Amino acid sequence: MSRCVKAGVSVAALAAVLLAASGSAEAYTVYVTNEKGNSVSVIDTSTLAVTGTWKVGRRPRGVTTSKDGKELFVCASDDDRIDVLDTASGKVVRSLRSGPDPEQFILAPDGNPLYVANEDDSQVTVIDIEKNKILAEVPVGVEPEGMGLSPDGKVLVNTSETTNMAHFIDTKTFQVIDNVLVDARPRFAEFTTDGKFLWVSAEVGGTVSVIDVASRRVVKKISFKIPSVNDEAIQPVGIRITKDGAKAFVALGPANRVAVINTKTYEVEKYLPVGQRVWQLAFTPDQKLLFTTNGTSNDVSVIDVEAGKVVKSSPVGLLPWGVAVSPQ
Amino acid sequence: MRVPSRSLLAVLALSLAGPLGPGPARAQEPGAPPPPQTIETRIGILYRPQPAPASYDAEAVPEDEGVAGARMGIQDNNTTGRFTKQTYALDEVVLAEGGPSAVEAAKGLVGKGVKYLVLALPAAEVLAVSDAVKADGALVFNAAAPDDSLRGAECRQNVFHVVPSRAMQTDALAHFLTFMRWRKLFLIVGPNEGDRLYAEAWKNSARKFALKIQAEKPWTFGPLARARGDTPTRAEAMVFTRGIDYDMAIVADEAGDWGDYVPYKTVDPRPVGGTQGLIATTWHPTLETWGAAQAQNRFRRLAGRLMRPLDYQAWAAIRTVGDAVTAKKTNDAALIGPFLTDPAFSLPAYKGVSLTYRPWDHQLRQPLIVVQPKAVVSVSPEAGYLHQRTPLDTLGIDLPETACKFR
Repeated sequence: MSRCVKAGVSVAALAAVLLAASGSAEAYTVYVTNEKGNSVSVIDTSTLAVTGTWKVGRRPRGVTTSKDGKELFVCASDDDRIDVLDTASGKVVRSLRSGPDPEQFILAPDGNPLYVANEDDSQVTVIDIEKNKILAEVPVGVEPEGMGLSPDGKVLVNTSETTNMAHFIDTKTFQVIDNVLVDARPRFAEFTTDGKFLWVSAEVGGTVSVIDVASRRVVKKISFKIPSVNDEAIQPVGIRITKDGAKAFVALGPANRVAVINTKTYEVEKYLPVGQRVWQLAFTPDQKLLFTTNGTSNDVSVIDVEAGKVVKSSPVGLLPWGVAVSPQ
Repeated sequence: MRVPSRSLLAVLALSLAGPLGPGPARAQEPGAPPPPQTIETRIGILYRPQPAPASYDAEAVPEDEGVAGARMGIQDNNTTGRFTKQTYALDEVVLAEGGPSAVEAAKGLVGKGVKYLVLALPAAEVLAVSDAVKADGALVFNAAAPDDSLRGAECRQNVFHVVPSRAMQTDALAHFLTFMRWRKLFLIVGPNEGDRLYAEAWKNSARKFALKIQAEKPWTFGPLARARGDTPTRAEAMVFTRGIDYDMAIVADEAGDWGDYVPYKTVDPRPVGGTQGLIATTWHPTLETWGAAQAQNRFRRLAGRLMRPLDYQAWAAIRTVGDAVTAKKTNDAALIGPFLTDPAFSLPAYKGVSLTYRPWDHQLRQPLIVVQPKAVVSVSPEAGYLHQRTPLDTLGIDLPETACKFR
C-alpha cells in the first residue's frame, strides 16, 4: 500500500525532499524486524529502498545496533536469545543468552552492557555483550517491555505492561529504586536528552505520562483526540524525542497516526498519517528522518522531521515490529 | 487504571502502601524506615470440576478449568504486589456431590474474612450465594453463568459479571453476520433450558440487527456429537434441514451434545455457528494479538494446557480485584465495589481496549472474538457500529432496555 498517495506527496516532491534530506548528510542503514517474517529488512536512507532481507531467529522484535554500527542486536523472542548480526555480511555471527522471551532492550551509553526486558518472565536481564554473560536479573512487574536509559546511563527504566508501572532501576546495584504507576499497558519509556523527564506511553490507557525524573512524579498526562478516529483506536506505543528536546513523536498504533508534540506546551501540533498499526519509531542520527514500523500494512513510513511530513512508505516483511538506524 | 488525583492520595495517605508511584513515600532510599504494612487480600473461588469423561475424549474439559485461570490471576496480582506491598491468596473450594452446598461453602469463606468470591457456577447458585453473602459485604464475580436474568430482573448490587451474557454472545455473532450480509438464519434449538434461552437471545439479536429467522426447529435426535465416529450418519438429522432458505444455521446447544454434529451434514451447503462451529467467545488458543500471546504462554507454563474461556474469565475477575485494590490502595470491599463502575476504573485484559463494568447491570464490557475451531475469524463489535458511549455497548442489553433494579 502506498502511503505517499494518501499523504499527497508527488514523486517530484519526494525527490526534492530526499535530496534535501540526504543533501550533505550521509546515507544511513535502517534495520526493521519483521515479527512474523523472522527476518530483518534493510533499508538504505539515500534511496529509501529495501536493499536486503536477513534471516534471524523466531519472532524478532526489539532491535538495536552496537555503538560502532558493526553489529546488530535482535531479540529472537521465541528462541529465548538475542541474535548478533555482522552488519557487513548480514549473517548471525553469535547469540546472547538473554533469558526467556526477550522483547525490548537498550544498550548502555558506552556500548556495554545490554539491558533486556524478558516479557514472559517478569524480569530484566543485564547482559555483558562481550563476555556473553548475565550480570544480573532484576525482578519487575508482569510483562516487562519498555526500556529507557537516562543519558548518563545511571538509571534504567522498565515498564511492565500488566502491572502498569515504570520501574526505576539503579544500574550500579541493579536494585529497583522506585515504581511509578502509569495508565494501562505501558509500552515504551524515553528520556529527554537532558535526562530530566521520562515519557511513558500507555497503549490501552491511551495516554503518555511525563514523569519528572528527580521527584518521580507524573507531571503531565498527554491524551490524544483525532477527528473521525475512535478513541479506543488511539493506542500510544513508540516515543522518540528530538535531541534538541523540542519535539516528541508518538506512534498511535491502530489510529494509524504519529502525533507530533511540542515538548514545552505538551500540545499535539500534528497527526501524521502513516501505515496501519504503527508501533516503533527511530530517527536517523542526523534527525532528518524518522522511520515508523506499521505492523498491519507490512511497511515502514518515512517522516521528514523538519517538514513534519510523511515522504514515503516502503514495504518490508511480515508484521514489522522494531526499527533501528546505523550510527554512521 | 488511572492514578488517583493528588487530593485523593492525601485522603488515602494513611493506607498508602509505600514506595508506589507518585505517592509521598520514598521507602527504598538507603537507611529509610521499614515500609508500611502489607495489604493482604484473599479471594475465594468456588467451582465444581467436570467429571472425568467416561471414555476417551479428544477435548475433555480439564478438571482445573477456571481455577487455573484464577491461579494465574493471583500470580499476576502478586507480581504487581511486590512493588505495592500487596499480597493475594486464593482459597479454592471444590464443590463435590454430598459435600457442602455453594451457599454453605461461600458462608464458610466469608466467615474466615474472604470478601471476594469468584463463582464458576450456574445462575441459580450465583444468585443464592450473592444473596447469602450480601449482609457480610462480600463481592461476587460471576465467571460462568451467561444468563441475562442475572443482569436483568435478578440483578444484584454485589455481583459483577465477567462472563459475557447470552445477549452479548448472540449480538457479537450477529455483528459478524450483518457484516457478511448473511441475513437469513435457521435456528436449531436443543432440549435444555439454556438452549431455549440462547435461542431467545438470538431472536432479540435478530430484531436488533435486522436479521431474519427463516425457520426454527427443535433438535430431537439426541447427543449425536457424542456418538462414536463410526456411527452411521443419521439420515433424518440431515433431512430436517431440507427446504429452508437460509444463509447460516444457528445451533443452540450449550451442553455441546449435538452442535458439532451439524456442520457438513446440512442438505444445503451452509455454514454453522452459534454454540458450536463459528462461536463468539472471550478467549481462544489462537488469539495472540493485544499481548494475548504472553498470557497464553504464561498460562501454558502454569497449567500445562491451553487457556480456555472460563480460565480467562476467572483470571479477569481476579485481576479486577487486583487492579482496583492497587488503584484504591485498600482492599475494603465497601470501597472497591462502587469503584468498579467508576469511570476511573478499567481493566486491561488483552482485548486492545480497556474493559469496564456497566453501571446499570455490572456486566463487564468487552470485545468478543468470533472464532472457528482453528482460527480467529473476526472481533465484535465490528468496525462501523457506533454508540453514544462506546461501541462495546452495541453488545448485550443497553441502558434503555435494562430490567435491572439493583437490590
